[in-house]
Amino acid sequence: MQSSQRAETWSSRLGVILAVAGSAVGLGNFLRFPGLAAQYGSGAFMIAYFISLILLGIPICWAEWTLGRYAGQHGYRSSPGIFHVLIRHPVGKYLGAIGVLIPVVIYMYYVHIESWCLGYMWYFLTGKLDLGGDVAAYGDFWARFVGATKDGLAMGGGENQVLIFLAIVFAVNFFIIYRGVSKGIEFFCRYAMPALIILAIIILVRVLTLGTPDPAKPEQSLLNGLGFMWNPGDIMTQLKKPQLWLAAAGQIFFSLSVGFGVIITYASYLKKKDDVVLSGLSASSANEFCEVALGGMITVPAAFVFLGVAGVVGQGTFALGFKVLPLVLAKMPWPAFFGSAFFFLLFLAAITSSLSMLQPGIAFLEEALGIDRKKSVSLLAVVTGIGCAFVVYYSKDLKALDTLDFWVGTFLLFIMAAIILIVFGWGMGIEKGWLEAHQGAEIRIPSIFKFIIKYVSPLYLLAIFAMWVLKDVFGWNPDTGQFKPTGYVLDLIGSAETPASPVARSSVLVILIAFGLTLCAVWRAGKRWPPPTSGKEDLP
Amino acid sequence: MTPGGWITMILSVGSVTLLFLWCLYKVLAHTPPAEDAVKDSLRDGQDAPRE
Repeated sequence: MQSSQRAETWSSRLGVILAVAGSAVGLGNFLRFPGLAAQYGSGAFMIAYFISLILLGIPICWAEWTLGRYAGQHGYRSSPGIFHVLIRHPVGKYLGAIGVLIPVVIYMYYVHIESWCLGYMWYFLTGKLDLGGDVAAYGDFWARFVGATKDGLAMGGGENQVLIFLAIVFAVNFFIIYRGVSKGIEFFCRYAMPALIILAIIILVRVLTLGTPDPAKPEQSLLNGLGFMWNPGDIMTQLKKPQLWLAAAGQIFFSLSVGFGVIITYASYLKKKDDVVLSGLSASSANEFCEVALGGMITVPAAFVFLGVAGVVGQGTFALGFKVLPLVLAKMPWPAFFGSAFFFLLFLAAITSSLSMLQPGIAFLEEALGIDRKKSVSLLAVVTGIGCAFVVYYSKDLKALDTLDFWVGTFLLFIMAAIILIVFGWGMGIEKGWLEAHQGAEIRIPSIFKFIIKYVSPLYLLAIFAMWVLKDVFGWNPDTGQFKPTGYVLDLIGSAETPASPVARSSVLVILIAFGLTLCAVWRAGKRWPPPTSGKEDLP
Repeated sequence: MTPGGWITMILSVGSVTLLFLWCLYKVLAHTPPAEDAVKDSLRDGQDAPRE
């Protein structure tokens, strides 16, 4: 293990909080959450959302911060190394491989989406996104930009310039990550996160002062837009729907970046006496503020004011972000300013997240292969570059991106979060974990969370995971009780009507190859790592 | 916007904003107490000392 890596730490508490918050705040805060809240009726959705935050999000967050700092004191920064210390069994480090695979594979497609944000910012600045009042024109522009109509189109050149933006984004990410945890990630997030919040507040003020832009359509007012977003609907009926709970818990889960392998790696760079309880809560609260107070007040009300109900209902994350909102921003006064500001905001949200996805890979390469930062950054750039090229080339219907996101960005995330909860609550033991969490803590976790972390959170996670498998894998319809495998499964196995998708199958092969290579590196690292100690000697 | 909508919005936005501001205040204005004091309070089952 490199001595320089052992010595690397965060330079300030605010810095690490901003870095973790930056990791959590992403496109989903501004595009996915508002759509879900409006879709399910915000009253019921917010009840399920806050229950999930308390029972799932914050407990896993505290567990990750605590386990990461604990393993960091034993000299391990990577997920396999961390689980090597925590599980104290040869299989532990192999389980930790999931914590490397998740962020590295997600980076391969997330950086592509990040380049769209940068591209849209540029196109707003240069006036190229002034496409008139037809949402279809914006849809066509996006499809050409990302190559959604044909494989290889995004690689093509001509008017399609996504590769230029991708190259810029890739270079910026690796330049920052090369500078290290403190001088790179922390330094960048100290400026990027406040800038993100200030930009969001400026856009929020603009949205809240829109009034009724078109007097001929008095129903499309700001108040009605806020009502569309926040009117509660029939709360009791909605709360009985399993889909609502799955959507709310899923949003909390993915929004807080728990189970990514990111927080646990970031926390490993903390010092022994650094607080994790208040820091973890602060990072989570920053994410919630950006999601509910900013994201919830901007996106859907703005879209409603200019496009009405029809423009908002049923829009997915990409459709809302890259087809509907560009039209909305183009209709606002000063479209160049507000359009570029909004997409720069999304770009900042995305880059602070993508940076966090690289650090677990860097830490792993340094620890597993015993190479320095320069070599590990170069190697990771090559690996993620190849994966990203795969995603960009197979762009038709975004099939490769969608497949990777489903199996790695969702399925493996559940697995990793479950491992973390079990290790904290049962492996380390809740009493030891509790004392470890409170080392250097500035606030105390209420004692009820001992019970929640040990019993409620794992059971809640299991229930949500089971529901997700039933609904999104086996295609269970809660209303009819029938099963029909979803497209993600049919893409792999095919059906009588549609053959299997070669791109989806290749995407899964990419995941398996990446996992196999990671396991080989873990095996090699395991021969160099000393057996973990019993753990009794470092009880607080 | 119905009264229920106002209540949902104010409760949701207000709660996350207050939590965020409280955390920000605690992080920026307070220095961590001595570790021993926290450990003692944990063993005694009491709240950690506040400044």
